[in-house]
Amino acid sequence: MAAQADRIFNAERPRFAEGLWQEEVNVRDFIYTNITPYDGDASFLTGPTTATKVLWEQCRFLLKQEQDKGGVLDIDTKTISTITSHAPGYIDKARERIVGLQTDAPLKRSIKPFGGWRVVQKACEQAGYELDQSVVDLCRNYRKTHNDGVFDAYTDDNKTLRKSGIITGLPDNYARGRIIGDYRRLALYGADRLIAAKHADRKHLVGTMTDELIRLREEVAEQIKALEMVKEMAASYGFDVGQPARNAREAIQWTYFAYLAAVKEQDGAAMSLGNVSSFFDIYIEDDLRSGNLTEQQAQELVDQFIMKLRLIRHLRMGEYNQLFAGDPTWVTESIGGVFRDGRHKITRTSFRFLHTLYNLGAAPEPNLTVLWNEKLPENFKRFCARVSIDTSSVQYENDALMSEAGQCDDYCLACCVSMMETGREMQFFGARCNLAKALLLALNEGRDELSGMPIVPGIEPLPEGPLDYEEVRCRFEQTMAYIAESYVNTMNVIHFMHDRYYYERSMMAFMDSRVKRNMAFGIAGLSVTADSLSAIRYAKVTPIRNKEGFTVDFQTEGEFPLYGNDDDRVDTIARKLVQSFNRELGKHHIYRDATPTLSVLTITSNVVYGKKTGATPDGRKQGEPFAPGANPMHGRDSSGAIASLNSVAKLDYYDARDGVSNTFSIVPRSLGMMDEEREQNLVSLLDGYFASNAHHLNVNVLDRSVLMRAMEHPEEYSQLTIRVSGYAVNFTRLSRQHQLEVIARTFHESM
Amino acid sequence: MLKVHSVETFGTHDGPGIRLVLFLQGCAFRCVYCHNPDTRSRAKDQGTPYSTEQVLALLEKQRSYFRNSGGLTVSGGEPTLQADELITLFTAAKERDFHLALDTSGGVWSRTVNQLYDLTDLVILDVKHIDNAWHRKITGIGNRNTLRNADYRERSGKPLWLRYVLVPGWTDQPEYLEAWARHFSGYRSLKRVEVIPYHTFGVHKYAAMGLRYPLRGVASPTTKQVDRAVDIIARNLGDVPQLVAA
Repeated sequence: MAAQADRIFNAERPRFAEGLWQEEVNVRDFIYTNITPYDGDASFLTGPTTATKVLWEQCRFLLKQEQDKGGVLDIDTKTISTITSHAPGYIDKARERIVGLQTDAPLKRSIKPFGGWRVVQKACEQAGYELDQSVVDLCRNYRKTHNDGVFDAYTDDNKTLRKSGIITGLPDNYARGRIIGDYRRLALYGADRLIAAKHADRKHLVGTMTDELIRLREEVAEQIKALEMVKEMAASYGFDVGQPARNAREAIQWTYFAYLAAVKEQDGAAMSLGNVSSFFDIYIEDDLRSGNLTEQQAQELVDQFIMKLRLIRHLRMGEYNQLFAGDPTWVTESIGGVFRDGRHKITRTSFRFLHTLYNLGAAPEPNLTVLWNEKLPENFKRFCARVSIDTSSVQYENDALMSEAGQCDDYCLACCVSMMETGREMQFFGARCNLAKALLLALNEGRDELSGMPIVPGIEPLPEGPLDYEEVRCRFEQTMAYIAESYVNTMNVIHFMHDRYYYERSMMAFMDSRVKRNMAFGIAGLSVTADSLSAIRYAKVTPIRNKEGFTVDFQTEGEFPLYGNDDDRVDTIARKLVQSFNRELGKHHIYRDATPTLSVLTITSNVVYGKKTGATPDGRKQGEPFAPGANPMHGRDSSGAIASLNSVAKLDYYDARDGVSNTFSIVPRSLGMMDEEREQNLVSLLDGYFASNAHHLNVNVLDRSVLMRAMEHPEEYSQLTIRVSGYAVNFTRLSRQHQLEVIARTFHESM
Repeated sequence: MLKVHSVETFGTHDGPGIRLVLFLQGCAFRCVYCHNPDTRSRAKDQGTPYSTEQVLALLEKQRSYFRNSGGLTVSGGEPTLQADELITLFTAAKERDFHLALDTSGGVWSRTVNQLYDLTDLVILDVKHIDNAWHRKITGIGNRNTLRNADYRERSGKPLWLRYVLVPGWTDQPEYLEAWARHFSGYRSLKRVEVIPYHTFGVHKYAAMGLRYPLRGVASPTTKQVDRAVDIIARNLGDVPQLVAA
């Protein structure tokens, strides 16, 4: 170890402040001891260099071609993608300061069949390609996939739940994602040191050979192989990542290689990046100080790194896009936050990252996320507000709340709202439970309200006449308990098989050998369910039943409080729904002793969930979309923006540790009269919302008319970005139905 | 009990920062361009009653959004028609350290209103025309009380914002714009002037109420017309920290 530590201090390397990070793999300590917090304003920022501009023009041309071809530019249908499977790829080698592509050409998608080969085959067909027969043969005859494993183990109950749409989005035929390697480790330590550390860990993984120990020993061995392959892949681009990075360009390049290895081998739904910006800043600051870099060059490195992240692609089926519209990849980068000693983590590079939205134009990826804290410097807060007003491309999450709940200050977000201690914590992600549909099951003796299929056993019929709240509540709790247990069981099967057949060695290689594991569950339809229960409790709801006795609609008479108006009567119902579902999850055995966590997040699947759900007692008709995430239902939050935010803020983050997503849209004028006031008011809004212990806010500052125009003239709005539920999309890449749903959402306007 | 027409929890156009805005029911003016004709009626059955406690509870619910600038704005209608009730509310809100603003047309001159002004951190006074006859033509009432109220505020030395709604053909006469600005040119309490271009957002309310819209055919001012008006005011007003057109 000592020899390796010495290498970090060889003559070619910048001088860094010493610390624990030299003794052990500990990037957090490196940042803690070396960061240069920045309190100034944005005036130091520079525009794109000529090389960046030319390069981005070429990318835009390719992106346009991709769009014109229906969403997929090209597929390598033959080569199963691994870290080293593809020859180096370039956009325009001479102009690229940061290099590396997933395949040998930009936007050419690769096949990763080990999650499930049928999905890959179908995705190829839908794009007009044919999956090479050798791959089909391999997966059929020689190399079992995750998908096949899951279906070998699923019970009938598991399958029923899946088929009915109660649980949707289970990663049982594709990769689970949501794991984030600490990709910074490659830059700080170099692969050789990381390999040595993994070998050292293996020495301690001995004793009684339990299933868990055997599995872990095999996994760490795989991680070591992955690290060797990362070296090989980097060498093909002409870099030796065995050694630590020596300057800013290398630090960014090394980190990108580590991330690239992950997205070459895995195509999980969310393949997030972590929290790299202030880590990069330490190298950039050192280079700036020593005169090896100018501000233009620093911004160029950042711009080009971001450009690469915008080109990350996975091969998806059309059905996937219905759930998660706009071809998202969730390259989430978490910026900012505060150390536990109170120092903030804003650096000049935090600004540089956000500034790419100007230099390259707005874009949904990477999913730029600000870890908001009241203690962030005012100048940075104002800059964030400016960027949100100009681009609607940023989301905000409550740093104080997360660092307290997670007891750590070096964390990042997977996907949209899932907090993870960087390099030390991972999650088994999967799906969402449709709460509104669960309520309808409870009202229909456990049968699916649309098909009549029996799902939950033992639910007593309801008495005739108007619904009685207590009668409904006990049946609903019984239903939730059954679904929670079955959901846990389904997830256990999925993640057992994923570990077995599609283990994420390239990501886990950049994490501790022993990690903390969460199992991330989700719910959808919270506002519809809360409003429905409120209707049953405070108004008179009479079920309308068909000949077979199924409830097909409801007659709702009288007024009832609606979620989104800061009214405790219904907000408490919503809060308790989350709490009780979370408690139910905690009652069951979880694979690898993971901790169950829950999110209130739908991405864009609120549209599909609505489609599969019958009419609800709140007045929502059959097939109508839900509100996204934890949002109040469109148009029902009629008491103004703050009342709407206050309702969502009442959901307890400790009941939903995987995140509570809220998407907030406001017309620019309503933020204030003048630019400066709009910025200040948006800052106050964020400070206020998070001071109320709320977790997450997507901010859109847009006029609805802009979206309508973009629907008519998509060619003029190719970079129009809008935040949906936890991520952002190119508005023009959404289906018409999704576009209409976004337009229907509440846009807060003052009187 | 206050009689409230409506509540906005995210007010950003009636005073600094994020504000809880209470639009009170009832107004004595009958402005030709009024965009909230539904707030005018002072009939007994109009408006929702709010107690001081209810308003304080609303304020507490959004305290975290006020930071160091926001607070409560009482608008209308004409809030000073309920000055007694407002004094009770403002006294209680002051104790809890809320920033208080009053958005008024200044039509009521009384000791009670003076007292209310003294409790108010920021008076936003809408002086609709400097010429008494024009003021009467626009609002139905002369501008004497409004100007007395402005003068009272100036003498108290506490912050004052002025508003001016720019209506082509009605309030954009250069000589009166000049006179308007001159009248306030020495005001040291004046922190901001807002020139608000007339808009037609409220027209549908007239139809809904079965009323005839008095300003049919009058268009919103063009950017050029607004710039010209702002320019006249700027030239004649002297130093004022902020002159904005929104």
